[in-house]
Amino acid sequence: MSYNVNEKGYYGEFGGAYIPEMLYPNVEELRQKYLEITAQPDFIKEFEQLLKDYVGRPSPLYFAKRLSEKYNTKIYLKREDLNHTGAHKINNTIGQILVAKKLGKKRIIAETGAGQHGVATATVCALMGLECIVYMGEIDIKRQAPNVARMKMLGAEVRPALSGSRTLKDATNEAIRDWINNPVDTHYIIGSAIGPHPYPDMVTRFQSIISEEIKWQLQEKEGRENPDYVVACIGGGSNAAGTFYHFLDEEKVGIIAVEAAGKGVDSGHSAATSKLGKIGIIHGCKTLLMQTPDGQITEPYSISAGLDYPGVGPMHAHLAQTGRAEFYSVTDDDAMESGLELCKLEGIIPAIESSHALAVLKERKFKPTDVVVISLSGRGDKDLNTYIDYFKL
Amino acid sequence: MNRINQKLQENKKILSIYFSAGYPNLDDTVQIIQDLEKNGVDMIEIGLPFSDPLADGPTIQASSTTALQNGMTSQILFDQLKDIRKTVSIPLVIMGYFNPMLQYGVEAFCQKCAEIGIDGLIIPDLPVDVYAEEYKATFDKYGLKNIFLITPQTSEERIRFIDSVSDGFIYMVSSASVTGSQSGFGNTQETYFKRIADMNLKNPQIIGFGISNQETFNQATQFAKGAIIGSAFITHLKENGSGKIESFVKTIR
Repeated sequence: MSYNVNEKGYYGEFGGAYIPEMLYPNVEELRQKYLEITAQPDFIKEFEQLLKDYVGRPSPLYFAKRLSEKYNTKIYLKREDLNHTGAHKINNTIGQILVAKKLGKKRIIAETGAGQHGVATATVCALMGLECIVYMGEIDIKRQAPNVARMKMLGAEVRPALSGSRTLKDATNEAIRDWINNPVDTHYIIGSAIGPHPYPDMVTRFQSIISEEIKWQLQEKEGRENPDYVVACIGGGSNAAGTFYHFLDEEKVGIIAVEAAGKGVDSGHSAATSKLGKIGIIHGCKTLLMQTPDGQITEPYSISAGLDYPGVGPMHAHLAQTGRAEFYSVTDDDAMESGLELCKLEGIIPAIESSHALAVLKERKFKPTDVVVISLSGRGDKDLNTYIDYFKL
Repeated sequence: MNRINQKLQENKKILSIYFSAGYPNLDDTVQIIQDLEKNGVDMIEIGLPFSDPLADGPTIQASSTTALQNGMTSQILFDQLKDIRKTVSIPLVIMGYFNPMLQYGVEAFCQKCAEIGIDGLIIPDLPVDVYAEEYKATFDKYGLKNIFLITPQTSEERIRFIDSVSDGFIYMVSSASVTGSQSGFGNTQETYFKRIADMNLKNPQIIGFGISNQETFNQATQFAKGAIIGSAFITHLKENGSGKIESFVKTIR
């Protein structure tokens, strides 16, 4: 079985490009050219150079000794939190801004929830001298003031999404509407492994540097390329897609995806899409999404803004459906405790998204000989206010 | 013969009106349809509200949101429309996003439309190639026309393909925009309208997006068989309620 995208843009029954005709020329242009552009030697050279000198890659694969002792297994952390701008998001925005330049685009738009993708997009736009407009839900703008300020300092215009629930889903709708209104000069940098084909595959390829590095880093440290398990948190699923990519066809590598259960899967305040979602169409792709029986998309909830999305990337929907990946759902409380535990044991303050991945250690037993690689997708600076409120620090 | 094809054979310019079902009040749907017909409207697009209407501007988004808050669902709409053909004879088209139809079941949705006497569907986020491959047979089985959009950016080759798959009319989006976001047409639009008119497509074209008054209606119908008004009518409903439809239609022609 293939876990990768097929020619028509599907992962099994998930994916495709369910877009209004107004977006067709843009998405089709991208579909026809993204593989060719990203295979050009000068593109590869510039992409790799920027990842090295600007982002600071390779990100370390760190053996977490005290955490390993506590859970009696061998835990490595893939340190995406050490990237420039503080998360894995920049891997994709570097790739897409270079694609946008090759396509001759002059104007960049993006959506953002917590603001990490918005900051990563504003950063690369500053780097390349391109106009940048970031759509962000009005409610998120209030919740994530420091990231809004960062984007502004980097020269981006932050436009509030005032429709619907005024969060990430609505910011995405607004970005899509902007693209409809500006069909010629604009590229839309989607931040997650979602959207119409070719976005999920393009984002996954740019993020796949994560698993590519894990392979050679593990070879150096353990004398083998493949761990027993790779673990990543999953909202839309860009970090998970990059962490899993080079292990999808390595049958002996267990793949573990960790969703946000919010206040509990059945509490009505959750973002556990693999459990609560049904197949449907969201933001241009067919995937699992949380919706009413009538097909209206519902509002997810998680303490982590980066996991607070009602859908999941089509690649992951397929991994869930086929059973290739194990899916876990972690509550706000368990994630927060695991985040604090990493601070105390390893001196690393993780993003709350990444804390969800860490919390799987409480949920699932690993053997002492198992090598478990957990993707630490981002650092916790942006979440300080949430940590302060939660732990009454 | 399908009411759409029949209507398009009439020697007149078609005035088509869009509104969101369940807006301003849940039970206004039937009355609005009847009043539109009574006042000489030729065709109606009944909007099935959706939580995330990607191709719509603020006016239709807001009417969709209100309709959903009023409790509108696919099933309620079908229940409201079950006797519509006893009183209304102009073509009726349901316009909505694909996900609610997918959840209802595409075949069940089509069957229900056929029972009621709906003549066609407009589904902006169901691409023509997916339709042709997966759903056309079902639409044909129930005698439903599926109406596709073209825009100023649609290539000639793709317009020809859409024309070949269509049997009703082609919904010509007037400019690169979401609904309700411009006023008046300039040279760019006229050039585009003329370019499409000169392609001699087998399906007549009806222009939508940006038609808000008599002037834009007349401009559009110089080049096309008809025009669709959506946001401007929703704004009228918002300001006047559903009781004064005659005064709106009179301002158009």
